[in-house]
Amino acid sequence: MNPLTVTAVPKPKRNFWNHDFSVKSWLLTEDHKRIGILYLLSITLFFFLGGVMAVLIRLELLTPAGDLVQAETYNKLFTMHGVVMVFFFLLPSIPAVFGNFLLPLMLGARDLAFPKLNLLSWYIYMVGGVFTLFVVFKGGVDTGWTFYTPYSSTYANSHVIAAALGIFITGFSSILTGVNFIATIHKMRAPGLTWFRLPLFVWSHYATSLIMVLGTPVVAITIVLVALERLFRLGVFDPELGGDPLLFQHLFWFYSHPAVYIMILPGMGVISEIIACFSRKRIFGYRFVAFSSMAIAALGFLVWGHHMFTTGQSVFASLVFSLLTFLVAIPSAIKVFNWTATLYKGSISFSTPMLYALGFIGLFAIGGLTGLFLGCLGLDIHVHDTYFIVAHFHYVMVGGMVMAFLGAIHFWWPKMTGFMYSEFLAKIAAAIIFVGFNMTFFPQFVLGYLGMPRRYHVYPEEFQVLNVLSTAGASILGFGFLLPAFYLIYSLKAGRRAGPDPWQAKGLEWTVDSPPHPHNFETVPVVTEGAYEYGPEEVKRG
Amino acid sequence: MADPSTIPLAHHFEDQEQQHETTAIGMWAFLLSEVMFFGGLFTAYLVYRNRYPEAFLEASGKLDVTLGTLNTAVLIGSSLTMALAVRAAHMGSRGGVVRWLLATIIAAGIFLGVKAVEYSHKFHDGLVPGANYAFKGTASADTELFFALYFGATGMHALHMVIGVGLMAVVAWRWRPNNVVQHPDGVEVLGLYWHFVDLVWIFLFPLLYLLGRHV
Repeated sequence: MNPLTVTAVPKPKRNFWNHDFSVKSWLLTEDHKRIGILYLLSITLFFFLGGVMAVLIRLELLTPAGDLVQAETYNKLFTMHGVVMVFFFLLPSIPAVFGNFLLPLMLGARDLAFPKLNLLSWYIYMVGGVFTLFVVFKGGVDTGWTFYTPYSSTYANSHVIAAALGIFITGFSSILTGVNFIATIHKMRAPGLTWFRLPLFVWSHYATSLIMVLGTPVVAITIVLVALERLFRLGVFDPELGGDPLLFQHLFWFYSHPAVYIMILPGMGVISEIIACFSRKRIFGYRFVAFSSMAIAALGFLVWGHHMFTTGQSVFASLVFSLLTFLVAIPSAIKVFNWTATLYKGSISFSTPMLYALGFIGLFAIGGLTGLFLGCLGLDIHVHDTYFIVAHFHYVMVGGMVMAFLGAIHFWWPKMTGFMYSEFLAKIAAAIIFVGFNMTFFPQFVLGYLGMPRRYHVYPEEFQVLNVLSTAGASILGFGFLLPAFYLIYSLKAGRRAGPDPWQAKGLEWTVDSPPHPHNFETVPVVTEGAYEYGPEEVKRG
Repeated sequence: MADPSTIPLAHHFEDQEQQHETTAIGMWAFLLSEVMFFGGLFTAYLVYRNRYPEAFLEASGKLDVTLGTLNTAVLIGSSLTMALAVRAAHMGSRGGVVRWLLATIIAAGIFLGVKAVEYSHKFHDGLVPGANYAFKGTASADTELFFALYFGATGMHALHMVIGVGLMAVVAWRWRPNNVVQHPDGVEVLGLYWHFVDLVWIFLFPLLYLLGRHV
């Protein structure tokens, strides 16, 4: 540590951490920054809980025989892994932590539009989380995270209702967050901060919020109907009573496909911020990138049927869903190409956040392109419900969203805490995570293509080599995920002071102290230029 | 209008206009969410009515159109009293807000009471799926689906009314004459919510009660 830098930046006197230390001031806080921190702690807890289940799954798959856990236990493990990771980590991850913390700072506002609602959303999330923890400790649920009927509504003997209720309740926290973000982005922008001067992080959160508000209620009512069917034999999805299980799948995927974009769009926003900062350039084709977020949100609502190619839906419906699925590739590719074009002739530095951003681009490209394989009607029949699809969505969700989440936490950690972490350890962790991730999931593409089905705890012996490779990768990945937890916490004790803008980044959040004052801005800033005005030649072009 | 300088302004807003517009847009976004929530139920209804038209026709005949019509009138009346409460809030009339909100609560109480009577009739007639379903009809056994959707949809609607009544009670208590000055936005967005609940019923009533009655 350089002693000069310790004294160079004085600690800001009053900030959102130290203005009140009482427990009550945290539990009743209406400060978006503190609520962001509360979310960060909670989702980290759930991430490691879901991670433990992933470890057990990979250990079971080390050998072809079912020797570690029983088939029923294995079913519960992959179900709870999916439920915890999707609903309690991925969906809230970037929006609830970084969206909460950063949106008002980026917009030049003192808080989100509805601070009390924001706190309420965290409590609702926690109540849903308690239900889920209850399910975990009572023995789990075994329906798969998709809760397909009639198994979930009639035959399953596990804690379906409690698990469904947990998801139902958390859904409301998602809706309230979305409502809050929409109102904030529309009405709380600082003077001069026009729509096309907004950071792309804000655009992607706007698109995400629309999906949260429009999609989540549909899965909520679907879950209610499943629970009612289980409790009272209501019969809406029960073929014995004239109901149709396919209707469940339609309603479920009407939300759960767009939910994938709730998981990836905020990550894309993070990548835009990081790429611009560490290339010292404006994002190439700003408006295209902004509108591609909106296009992904809109198209995302029209492709749910591609989860149902093998369920016997009409061939014509499948044709249309396949076509629309290919269309989603266009806005996604616009983003990838524009990020790459931004790098071109940029002044690139490979700081830790940038490593994650570059990792995101590569891994998301693989995850996205294999999505096109799955959108092909013929090819999908071959790889449907195999490890190919498992690898595909882990490339998008872990390779995409988790990389973006880690990029975000390394990029804004100095802003949130006021401290710099060890860049050396952080780079090593990034490399370990990248290697571990690819070693875990790339073999699964091959396994799936060779025909290994998902959701079985035993498999033929010829698949063992690739499974051992995958489990070895998972151990590396798991170790990599533990590292940041240690050096980030250590930075609070021994890190050097960050100062307001350690990366020389542009954006209103970097103009205030690190950590920021409880009310963010002394005076409301006036914005006179677009986002990412890096370097004089860039200003000229803008 | 109430004196603007006395209306409270939350710390994170610049002026009353911003606060007002933000609150309104927040409620509209939430109502969009509600539309999609009921949209799921309406989708299920459309699918099954299309699949079992005769069963739906027959089952719909078992509903009490008189009580349904009465409730429709009561609910539309409650939207009027709610609109008057909003007007009173903008004029700064505390007594007016409390009176009109109480009138709306009473109308909601009548609606829910009538609904309870209808539910108990259905129970006595053996028309509650899962509990004591006995009506098979002549069309097919799928009349039960109609009643599943009837109880699902009207139950969700009634739940929204109960929440609305709770919110109205809180807002009316806050507007009691000797309390501190309240913001009219609160009454206004509550009004938006109530009109939405009313509107859902306007769709539910013909879809459930009036099958086969068109000329």
